[in-house]
Amino acid sequence: MLHYTLFLTFGAICVAGAVNLLIQRHPINSALSLVAVMASLAVEYLLLGAEFVAAVQVIIYAGAIMVLFVFVIMLLNAGEEARTGESRIALLLGIPGILTGAVLVAWVLEHAGSPAVAAGALPGSPRVIGWLLFHDFLLPFEVTSVLVLIAIMGAVVLASPAAKSISEGTQN
Amino acid sequence: MVPLSNYLALSGILFGCGVIGFLIKRNIITIFMSIELMLNGVNLSFVAFAAQWHALRGQIFVFFVMVVAAAEATVGLAIIIAVYRTRETLNVDRVNLLKL
Repeated sequence: MLHYTLFLTFGAICVAGAVNLLIQRHPINSALSLVAVMASLAVEYLLLGAEFVAAVQVIIYAGAIMVLFVFVIMLLNAGEEARTGESRIALLLGIPGILTGAVLVAWVLEHAGSPAVAAGALPGSPRVIGWLLFHDFLLPFEVTSVLVLIAIMGAVVLASPAAKSISEGTQN
Repeated sequence: MVPLSNYLALSGILFGCGVIGFLIKRNIITIFMSIELMLNGVNLSFVAFAAQWHALRGQIFVFFVMVVAAAEATVGLAIIIAVYRTRETLNVDRVNLLKL
């Protein structure tokens, strides 16, 4: 019962944050509500017994990635979103689409005969995850490091002002 | 004890909010955040199924999704900075030409 209450509470925070992300017009407000979504998702992971994933969620997603987002918003001095004209086709397709989605979610909740997930049923501790990661998934893990290296180089090349002047120099 | 369907419904709602944000938002940074929201919804269903079937590999997949999301965020934000430098706007409606 306690688990279900916790699930409902943090699930409600998740949904509220996601909806707030859509409603807010200033990107910094959207970013902060996304942080709330990610932090409450970490609690959901803890309820599912995934301790390592919960910690990584807070450190990498709510920490590193969102700091990057906020940094870029501040750097570019992003202001309020400009209102563009409403499109009629969006209303025509969007509202039935949202209603269909809501009905589908309600149907899944009503008719699902799935057994309940016991909280903490799975040992997702860092020790077990680390064993799997460095034995069964060693090759994907190493490929990941190459991917991150390429991403770093790509970010440096794309975002540095030197790259722009070099490309301009070649054009001139 | 929480039924699996509740986790899947929450995951679907988060993914749906991400899709809606991707479609209705005009700020390129907010669109990018909607993509992160979609990835989070998928991650939740990964972890829920991992707990359901006692398969820890689902959690490993979440780890890889997070690493790819981090790489994507770095490159994507660098592209956003480059776009802002050349066009001086973040509105995607005004970024409709590949070449200036």
